[in-house]
Amino acid sequence: MSEKEWPLYEVFIRSKSGLSHRHAGSIHAADDQMALDAARDTYTRRSEGVSIWVVRSSQIVASDPAETAAFFEPAEDKIYRHPTFYDMPDGVENL
Amino acid sequence: MNKERALLGYVTRLGDNALVLGQRMVELVAAYPELEEELANANFALDYIGQARMFYTYAGELEGKGRGEDDFAFLRDENEFHNLLLLEQPNGHFGDSVARLVLFEAFYLAQLEALTRCRAERLAEIAARAEKEIRYHLRHNTQWLVRLGDGTDESHRRAQASVDELWRFTGEMFEADEIDTIVEKAYDGPNLGELRERWQADIEAILVNATLGRPEDGWMTSGGKAGRHTEHLGYMIAEMQYLQRSHPGASW
Repeated sequence: MSEKEWPLYEVFIRSKSGLSHRHAGSIHAADDQMALDAARDTYTRRSEGVSIWVVRSSQIVASDPAETAAFFEPAEDKIYRHPTFYDMPDGVENL
Repeated sequence: MNKERALLGYVTRLGDNALVLGQRMVELVAAYPELEEELANANFALDYIGQARMFYTYAGELEGKGRGEDDFAFLRDENEFHNLLLLEQPNGHFGDSVARLVLFEAFYLAQLEALTRCRAERLAEIAARAEKEIRYHLRHNTQWLVRLGDGTDESHRRAQASVDELWRFTGEMFEADEIDTIVEKAYDGPNLGELRERWQADIEAILVNATLGRPEDGWMTSGGKAGRHTEHLGYMIAEMQYLQRSHPGASW
């Protein structure tokens, strides 16, 4: 009997219509459909979602932590890129 | 038998099926080979226990003697349980559990769908809730049977053996007795002949997908619907009822 581990999948859940999918965690599964089921049974037991995405962790291209300085710091002193000069209308929750 | 009595018997049997299968699945909690399937099994077991509670509460109201869900679950003896024999069989290995669930749920889903259209309003409402749960269970478990049947030589051989072994318990699902007949006529309940045709077509399609052979219809074991059980049920309910029997009325 083989003891090979199933591939890792990352799980993204949309909590309600209109919001975007957010990373919820990861699960192991042997194939895509099993991954979707496992995500459903692991992360939406308490009605946390209306939509699920799963993707093989190996398919995600991630930024290199060693490159953080060059990658992210140049944006830090450019406050004019933040839309902080607008007045937010009352009652807008998800902006 | 009048129609009210038949409905009570019918609803109690639905509760018995759900509770006995749910309890079998509870026995597997913390015993699954993979964390994700462990959670799925526990979720599914809870779905069944929840369905049993709804059926028993309704049965208690139909009966009108003040019995509640706990009285049905914990204070009845073996011969008062009228569940299918298929559901009380021991869990066996993972393939046995999967095969049992697919064989039963293909029937149960069709039964629930028919019940959503019946004229006992409350039963139709409970069936509508349960149907959504079972539709997902069956999809999930069918995928597993296909993975096992169409997997390695070893998994194929064992999945086939599981289906062959459990096949003799499937005939009981479609044996109509007085209760089934009265509920069908008086409340537009399911017709077991129609359910059987649908079940056979569904199961045959699943088995083809799983590259498994359909067993021959040989001698079928039955009796559970009338309270005559295999030796396994007594042990199961002894464990399940122990707490309420030795500490009557104990609650959280």
